[in-house]
Amino acid sequence: MTKYVLKRIGMALLTLLIITFLLFLLVRIMPGNPFPSERMSAEQIANKRAEMGLDDPILTQFVRYMGNVLRGDFGKGTSLYNGAPIKTVLSTAISNSFRIGGIAILLGTLVGLLLGVTAALNKGKFLDGFCTVFSILGVCVPSYVFLIFLQYTFSFKIPFFPYFFDPSRFAFSAIIPAVSLSLFTMSTIARFTRNEMVEVFDSDYVRLAEAKGMYGRGLVMKHVLRNALIPIVTVLAPLVVDLLTGALVVEKIYGINGIGKLMVDAIAGEGIDYNYVLALGILYSALYIGIMLVVDLLYGVLDPRIRVSAKGEEA
Amino acid sequence: MSEANKTILDIKNLDISFKTNAGTVHAIRGVNLDLCRGETVAIVGESGSGKSVTMKAAMGLLDSNATVNSGEILYTYTDESGREVTVDLLKLPKKQLRQNYNGQRIAMVFQDPMTSLDPTMTIGKQIMEGMFLHKNMSKDAAHARAIELLRLVGIPDAEKRFKNYPHQLSGGMRQRVVIAIALSADPDILICDEPTTALDVTIQARILELIMDIQKKMGLSVIYITHDLGVVAKVADYVDVMYAGKIVEVGNVNEIFYDPKHPYTWGLLSAMPDLDTDDDRLYSIPGSPPNFLHEPKGDAFAARNQFALAVDEKADPPLFQVSRTHFAATWLLHPDAPKIEMPKELQARLARARKEVEKYL
Amino acid sequence: MAKKNAQPAAAAAYVPVKEDFVLLSQRDIRTDANFASQSYWKGVFTHFFRNRRAVVGLVIITVIILLAIFGPMMNAFGYRDIVQYRNEKNKRVVAKGISPQIPALHKLLTGEELEGNFSEYTFLFGTDDLGRDLWTRTWYGARVSLLIAFVTIIIDMIIGMSYGLISGYFGGMVDNVMQRFVEIANSVPRLVIVSVLAIFMPKGMGLVIVALLLTEWIGMSKIARAEMLKIKEQEYVLASRTLGARSNHIIFKEILPNTIGPIITQVMFSIPTAIFTEAFLSFVGVGIVLPQCSVGTLIEDGFNNITTLPYQILPPIIVLALLMLGFNFIGDGLREALAPKLEDM
Repeated sequence: MTKYVLKRIGMALLTLLIITFLLFLLVRIMPGNPFPSERMSAEQIANKRAEMGLDDPILTQFVRYMGNVLRGDFGKGTSLYNGAPIKTVLSTAISNSFRIGGIAILLGTLVGLLLGVTAALNKGKFLDGFCTVFSILGVCVPSYVFLIFLQYTFSFKIPFFPYFFDPSRFAFSAIIPAVSLSLFTMSTIARFTRNEMVEVFDSDYVRLAEAKGMYGRGLVMKHVLRNALIPIVTVLAPLVVDLLTGALVVEKIYGINGIGKLMVDAIAGEGIDYNYVLALGILYSALYIGIMLVVDLLYGVLDPRIRVSAKGEEA
Repeated sequence: MSEANKTILDIKNLDISFKTNAGTVHAIRGVNLDLCRGETVAIVGESGSGKSVTMKAAMGLLDSNATVNSGEILYTYTDESGREVTVDLLKLPKKQLRQNYNGQRIAMVFQDPMTSLDPTMTIGKQIMEGMFLHKNMSKDAAHARAIELLRLVGIPDAEKRFKNYPHQLSGGMRQRVVIAIALSADPDILICDEPTTALDVTIQARILELIMDIQKKMGLSVIYITHDLGVVAKVADYVDVMYAGKIVEVGNVNEIFYDPKHPYTWGLLSAMPDLDTDDDRLYSIPGSPPNFLHEPKGDAFAARNQFALAVDEKADPPLFQVSRTHFAATWLLHPDAPKIEMPKELQARLARARKEVEKYL
Repeated sequence: MAKKNAQPAAAAAYVPVKEDFVLLSQRDIRTDANFASQSYWKGVFTHFFRNRRAVVGLVIITVIILLAIFGPMMNAFGYRDIVQYRNEKNKRVVAKGISPQIPALHKLLTGEELEGNFSEYTFLFGTDDLGRDLWTRTWYGARVSLLIAFVTIIIDMIIGMSYGLISGYFGGMVDNVMQRFVEIANSVPRLVIVSVLAIFMPKGMGLVIVALLLTEWIGMSKIARAEMLKIKEQEYVLASRTLGARSNHIIFKEILPNTIGPIITQVMFSIPTAIFTEAFLSFVGVGIVLPQCSVGTLIEDGFNNITTLPYQILPPIIVLALLMLGFNFIGDGLREALAPKLEDM
């Protein structure tokens, strides 16, 4: 088991390294002036380049950059935030995004599970239909549309919630963005849970458990839920990623200083901030690969079929 | 059917239909069947003939789109106080059926051992579940009993296997576990739904012997659902041949095998592979079972029957009595019907088979 | 038995007469009435059209496509035309921010003529802050979004299928290398791809298309590869290989027809993803640029004017949601139709 875990972690780190290198390569060979905000003569630029090591072989530059990154130093922005250290800007952004994203994931998963289980237990009845309609709506409408709707209704028409994010009242102003971000997760999980449970209910082993005399709650708790919930772990990873994407617009609209807004500012503004693109690219890739790794390992822990075969590999 | 034994399960005029996207499917059309204590009955038929549905109805395991239109399934047992009780299993609420009958009195072994065990639970736990439910056993007692059952069904290294998950066992082993689960609460009746179909030929025989052995030891009544006449010949006392939701012929095993009356039974027997047959190709009954979205008029088998009479297309034949225990639903047994014998090849085969058997008697 | 349908239905009460007991020997009993006449694709079609949701999805998509084609032609306004006229003082009067109006209907309901500068015009969805007709713009935007989605997904399908089929067909080392590449490509979040693209490309439709091309083929290739691995070992392929058929022949003549079902299903799920992504990128500001419009930019416009012209955001949102819904329903229906669950006994 340990060997298996270590192997998976090693693979993930290697993938991340390759992607980081590719990103670095692409961003460094970009056309254009790396110092757009300063007025300098050609000679000054050449000096500055040499000083910053931009003329060294790309591999040397990469190793130096990675060394800095591992110490948490991503350099400075080329156009954003007047060249403030990326590290400072990023740490606030990460804290904001993670807290709101975390609430959204938690809310989405819990309510989604609840809806899915309710729907499956009432298959074919009103509640099932309600959950189906809800989950279809949640999947068909992007999170920023929900945000616009909630913002218009509860911040503009009925000015109860703040119209824009207010860091001094974090919890209160996080409600609208967190709820709108959670809806996609919620409806996907609800739909998935329902379908998984219905399938498990139809399975031979549930038939056998019933033939044994299991019924009602005992049957659901002991045989249905566990088998239905294991595969849900696998949809969580893409959901987190979708949520990250959705957060881009949600943060932009609601004025949240998060990594999503940072990304939009870095690519969609007048000039592109290459250093932010690179830093955020590494951050997003690390997040993505990390989530996939965690889900993979979690799946192994939950499903005895994988757990035991991984053990076998060790022996 | 023999008066000496008491009827333990009596299915009367069972009629079931299913609602599907395409329409209502009338799957079971008046099935009568009975099982006596200690006996073995086999229900034979092609897939789709409704044999599983009939027994699922007895277990309360019908899918939610099924409707029981009429009929009863009477189960007779002796309760704790020694009184004889008869209940209609179809009338019982689900909860009561599960609490007092499923597993405890009537247990079932399913067709595919690869899918019928919960993949996330150790086999030991799955065996003990029934004991906790019905016998109020302590953990230690249940554990001991489970180990005992694993040994009884012939699983070596029972202590170690107890902690295994299903995927760590082979198909044959899993089916033994399923049997152990079925036996865990000492049932009266064991329903085996194609217990060996999914298994290797070599393992098939062993599983059948195991069930027969346990039947003798525990005094069980057993119902086999199968399409394999080889299995029937090996285990059954009585045989019910089912076609398109109806029992078309019933009799004891000798009557069915040596003196079949229904053309469908003839077809089934002819389709059995046999070493001595010199035909180039194996016989198969032409066509496929009718689609019960569109219920045929008259005898459902007529369309595939090379001995069909004009009347077959007009009216469904009743059960004609052949002997005390032997009945068949075919117009060929009507006094007005032309005398039609079973096909020559089949006659020869049955004669050969009888000689074979006599050699061993 | 089909021959004698003239008989009355009351068969149960039928009392057989002597003449009934004759053999019906001259019949063809070998034709299987249940299965003989059903071809595979015919089965898929019947199954699909029996599925209520799938049909609803198909209707929604058809209607939207028709409107995307003909909608902009249904009135006199172009998608970038500003509706305006010059009044008697030769000053421009622009139809800015007119909420949805149908003069005829208004008269029918209230009995009064509509008042105002543009009261004779019908604006089904109203006009935007610049005075452009939103009906035309909505369907024009839908057309752009659909076109982007269709074009990219079809190219993705070709790339993904070729990649997956080749990888699965050759197996071994080729497969290994190709799959490692997919693994790495799959580990790059779409956002990162878009952000890097934004460095190299100007904002606009091209960027959206390339971003979609770079990401959506992976799913297709996985499906194609899985199907290939499944089919490769089947007898008919082995047989044709034994007969000396070349790889090309086997891939295109034997295997391609069998992978088409799952791939089309995947296409039905990828198109809404593409539309979603396009809307998202355009909203963020790296997608479609003015004066072009797409569902995404229309939503953005609507959002910018939400406090003053709240009706403006509704049409593009509804069109987007219906597109998602329709394609998902069709995809679900196709998936079920291709692999129907046996609802036999």
